[in-house]
Amino acid sequence: MRSNVTQYELIAPGSLDAVLQILAASPDHYTPIAGGTELMVALGAGRLQSKKLISLWNLAELRFIETTPDALVIGAGTTFTDIRKHHLIAKEFPILAQAASWTGSIANQNRGTLGGNIVNASPAADSPPALLAYDTSVTLVSTRGSRTIPYNDFHLAYKETALEPHELLHSITILRNLKGYKTYIRKVGTRNAQAISKVALAGLALVAEGKDRVIQDIRLGAASLREYPTRLTATEQALLHQPIIPATLAAARAAILTEARPIDDIRSTAKYRATIAANLLEEFLRSL
Amino acid sequence: MTTIECTINGEPTTIEAPPMKRLLDVLREDLHLTGAKEGCGEGECGACAVILNGDLVNSCLIPVLQIEGADITTIEGLAVDEKLHPIQQCFLEEGGAQCGICTPGMILATHHLLDKHPQPTLLQIQEGLNGNLCRCTGYMRIFNAVQQAAATGAAK
Repeated sequence: MRSNVTQYELIAPGSLDAVLQILAASPDHYTPIAGGTELMVALGAGRLQSKKLISLWNLAELRFIETTPDALVIGAGTTFTDIRKHHLIAKEFPILAQAASWTGSIANQNRGTLGGNIVNASPAADSPPALLAYDTSVTLVSTRGSRTIPYNDFHLAYKETALEPHELLHSITILRNLKGYKTYIRKVGTRNAQAISKVALAGLALVAEGKDRVIQDIRLGAASLREYPTRLTATEQALLHQPIIPATLAAARAAILTEARPIDDIRSTAKYRATIAANLLEEFLRSL
Repeated sequence: MTTIECTINGEPTTIEAPPMKRLLDVLREDLHLTGAKEGCGEGECGACAVILNGDLVNSCLIPVLQIEGADITTIEGLAVDEKLHPIQQCFLEEGGAQCGICTPGMILATHHLLDKHPQPTLLQIQEGLNGNLCRCTGYMRIFNAVQQAAATGAAK
């Protein structure tokens, strides 16, 4: 059933400060909307609960990519197309560029924002596995100021995040300290374009030079393996300081099967997801 | 109701509409530009695609308030003086359209693609059109039409 649009309010204050002041001052909750690739679907289907919305689309304070010698900072309002066009991201953070390239179609990448993908908090979202593997931090803003937390602490439960009422996701920071790391990302879905993932895994690893090939550091980010986008810390611990040998591959499969909590739903089954997750992890480890 | 000023197919346009009304519905119901079609209504099929400030977008996912000041091209704005745009001509000649529901979106996606890649590879064509679903042609004739359009320099 289509929504009755006359029942919805949408305002576009035009600056981040104005948005934050309205969020802080309004007793009724405004729902932020950026490119609309999620909330407008809900509107079309007659299931958009929020009747009051506030537009963040194209706010200059949120749509930027900044580089410093140590870090890359991406504004929450940056579109997936902006990310794909950025040469430094393509060069230094290839799995983020790759994730951006398979987030919906070209038309959706022209509107969908990195911040929206994070805040919407879908367990199947495309960018979080890469952002988790890169060990990013997120900066949250309100009229009271800003705070920065590890992205790994942002998702709390299914569709629940660390965002306080009246707070907005401002930016995502990735440190440029990944010399020597190898990367991996793979999404398994019904088709390459457009389809939402059944399972996705992103990984970064630093492997010692020489014969032993011991894993010195490893970070794994996953989609659709738990109720929110998740760093697989137990699996990482099982692999840390281990040499890449058949016994380690078997231990890795066992670890991810223990840590993952996939579900049956419209897109796949728990059994398929678990098997694929172990296969992806093994593929990553074999590539190191 | 809110008042929005924008440019549609080169014409300065004033729209009076509820701010959350979908651009697709404004185009079709208020402006009688029925070239953009509603397929899925959730951004998956591309039948409602238009060009917004140079970017291909799905008009079913855009609240009309967000087009204040924007420059929009719909399929109706592509042909000049009742002469088909070269991309349209190539779709016609190559059999790139059957039932026609996806065609306006396919042609605008092609326009956007050729703007960025005037001589696209087959892979670039497939990616450029990956958000536009066709249930008739099997895509091969559409890809042929895009290649033909590129060969005729349709990007200009």
